Amino acid sequence: MSLPPMTVDDKAAQAGGGVHVDGASARELTGGAGLGSTPMWRIRLKLFRRSVATMWSLFRENKMGMFGLGLILSFALMAILHPILMATVWEPAIYDPVSGYDAVMTEYTVVEGEPTDPLSEIALERARLRLNPRIDAGEVVTIPTQPAPPTWTGETPHYLGTDAQGRDILSQLLYSTRAAFFLGAVAAITTVFIATTIGAIAAYFGGWIDGGLMRFADLILLMPLLPVLIVLSAVFEMTMVLLGLMIGVLSGFGGVAIVLKSQALAVTVKSYVDAARVAGGGDWHVIFRHIIPNVLPLSFLFMMFGVAEAIAIESTLSLFGLLNVPMTWGIMINSAQTNGYLLSGTSFWWLLFPAGLAISFLCFGFFLVGRGMDEIINPRLRAR
Amino acid sequence: MFKFLASRLVQMGFLFVVFLSLVWLMLQAMPGDISDTLVGNPSIPLSVRLELRDSLGLNEPLFFQYLTYITNFFRGEMGVSFSRYPQEVSTILWTALPRTLVLFLTATLFAFWLGFKTGKLIAWGRGASSEKGLIVTGIFLQTVFYPWFAILMLWTFGFFLGWFPIGRFIDARLWQNSPYDANELFGQMIITALIAFVVYAVGRYLISRYSNNIVTQGRLAQGLGVLTLGGLVLYWWVNPAREYTWDITHHTMLPVFTLSLVLFGATMLLTRSAMLETLGEDYILTARAKGLPDRVIRDRHAARNAMLPVTTSLVLALAFVIGGGIVTETIFSWPGMGLIFLQAINVSDIPLAVGALSITGVLALFGHLLADVLYAVLDPRIRVA
Repeated sequence: MSLPPMTVDDKAAQAGGGVHVDGASARELTGGAGLGSTPMWRIRLKLFRRSVATMWSLFRENKMGMFGLGLILSFALMAILHPILMATVWEPAIYDPVSGYDAVMTEYTVVEGEPTDPLSEIALERARLRLNPRIDAGEVVTIPTQPAPPTWTGETPHYLGTDAQGRDILSQLLYSTRAAFFLGAVAAITTVFIATTIGAIAAYFGGWIDGGLMRFADLILLMPLLPVLIVLSAVFEMTMVLLGLMIGVLSGFGGVAIVLKSQALAVTVKSYVDAARVAGGGDWHVIFRHIIPNVLPLSFLFMMFGVAEAIAIESTLSLFGLLNVPMTWGIMINSAQTNGYLLSGTSFWWLLFPAGLAISFLCFGFFLVGRGMDEIINPRLRAR
Repeated sequence: MFKFLASRLVQMGFLFVVFLSLVWLMLQAMPGDISDTLVGNPSIPLSVRLELRDSLGLNEPLFFQYLTYITNFFRGEMGVSFSRYPQEVSTILWTALPRTLVLFLTATLFAFWLGFKTGKLIAWGRGASSEKGLIVTGIFLQTVFYPWFAILMLWTFGFFLGWFPIGRFIDARLWQNSPYDANELFGQMIITALIAFVVYAVGRYLISRYSNNIVTQGRLAQGLGVLTLGGLVLYWWVNPAREYTWDITHHTMLPVFTLSLVLFGATMLLTRSAMLETLGEDYILTARAKGLPDRVIRDRHAARNAMLPVTTSLVLALAFVIGGGIVTETIFSWPGMGLIFLQAINVSDIPLAVGALSITGVLALFGHLLADVLYAVLDPRIRVA
């Protein structure tokens, strides 16, 4: 049997491997054929698939985690649904989330004095001023109204009603889902990428590199995220990408880096890291092949929490009207506020509840998945 | 310990200067200045605006402005606010800071107390049917979109039920002919509340010192709590300023309640996981083997150690008063630091905005220090250098 020339990777993998799966020896993985005849990447892939399968089977036992995953998937479905609906069923002129308009005709009964139900009655004086000066109490008039309550019938049904500008709420809700996912992904990936790299480098090299990076993290931690982003939104034209990157950088260099560094520190002192170095692995090889893969589960955990946090921050900023984006859930609440429906409560529920619940539930979903992953990484939290 | 503190203080000083410079530069980078907010006013011609820029020193070179600001800052002068012109920044912040601190301290302490109690119980009685419900509630409170939640609370309790006033700090009509100053009265309220708190804390300490029975201790502590709270209420009840005190308290209740609900969820979940972690320790097993009563194991052995991460998070949460304050104070129109900061940003009032952020910085720095020291005090295994 001719052995292919060993690379540094292979030596390191034999000396202790980067990915560790309980009770899986190299012989077992290669089907008893030994290491030589199977290419390394295939073993890696197999190991990876096996560890994913183990994690998945553990995760599946966690009901709340699965519920969270279900929530996220249904939101993802919503995000995919919007372009499809726009292309097929929905007329862009009516259903466009930003520029659409539909005059929903509502029947009003003209009454004398103050109307008791503002959704179906109109005061006599107002009707005379607005519509017809010779109108009398008791007559029924049809007026185009915004915001209109949900209509399920007719040519252009609005399943969640329209907002104060006559735009379809459901369309806005679905459209914003995509933006939320996009922002969450950008922010979380940036955070985790920066924090993992910084944490691993600080833990591996120690000394002044560690000191410098950690003091920098302290400095970032001093900056309260929301006020700083409010200032930055005045300096830059805030788009979704830029905001995602900023949230990612600010939390990636700050708190998350400190936590991941302490995790990386625990990995650095493991014997397989020593073994990899003895076998001739360079600094960067050890960092990227051994330390980072073993910190990654925790990084993924922070990714989940990061997505939830980023979405909440973005919604808060757009609620204050500080972002330069066409439509998000925060802007939906913001437009309810600017049109004076903020304290309308349940009588104009479709203006406040869909957007607020969507933000809350998507964050809820990501948080539940994060907790589920936490229980996998941290076995003490598991139910007995 | 002394050496550790000294080196930390030097580091903190250095960090603060860097922080202040960064914040100042960032705010300078905002387009436009205070004179631009007057563009729309026809009675203020261009020449006046230019003069305004000049008189506020905005035409000086940036580096010179920076040096002036920093040197003045460390001489204890935070400058004069641009948008509320004759008022000094320190005066504005000094009236706003107690409001924000009270809002947050009350909410945090309340949420901490309740969250710790509940978290302890649900971790102890693991698997009970109430556990799931409480956990889901806790997670929902932690992840709920806070501004929206606050709006709903305001609508439900302020508008629909009408139990609480809608926003603001005082009712202007009531205070129009009042012989009292709202800020002074508020200060007195804070002082009496602090005295009551200190009495309670000393009493708690004495109880734990002179009684060994955990059941009697609990009862005595409850009695003490009722007594001090009753004393506080009684003092303000017989006070001639009763009506005005009640007005302030009434306005404080809803924001405090809303904030504590959200913080409660987080504290409860954190306590639960910390408690689960300690329950697996060997000393818990030892305590069980010794045959100690469950309650003693839970409250003395497990809960005290579980308190560690919760306390740290509490201290760190207090450091971010302004960040959290912006949302709460905007929704409830509560005239505190967060609202002042937001208003200052909107009109490019740089001295006021930097001043507000510098206070956050100081709070955060000392929060971190306090967290480290508390950690060492609460956990004897951790020794600071």
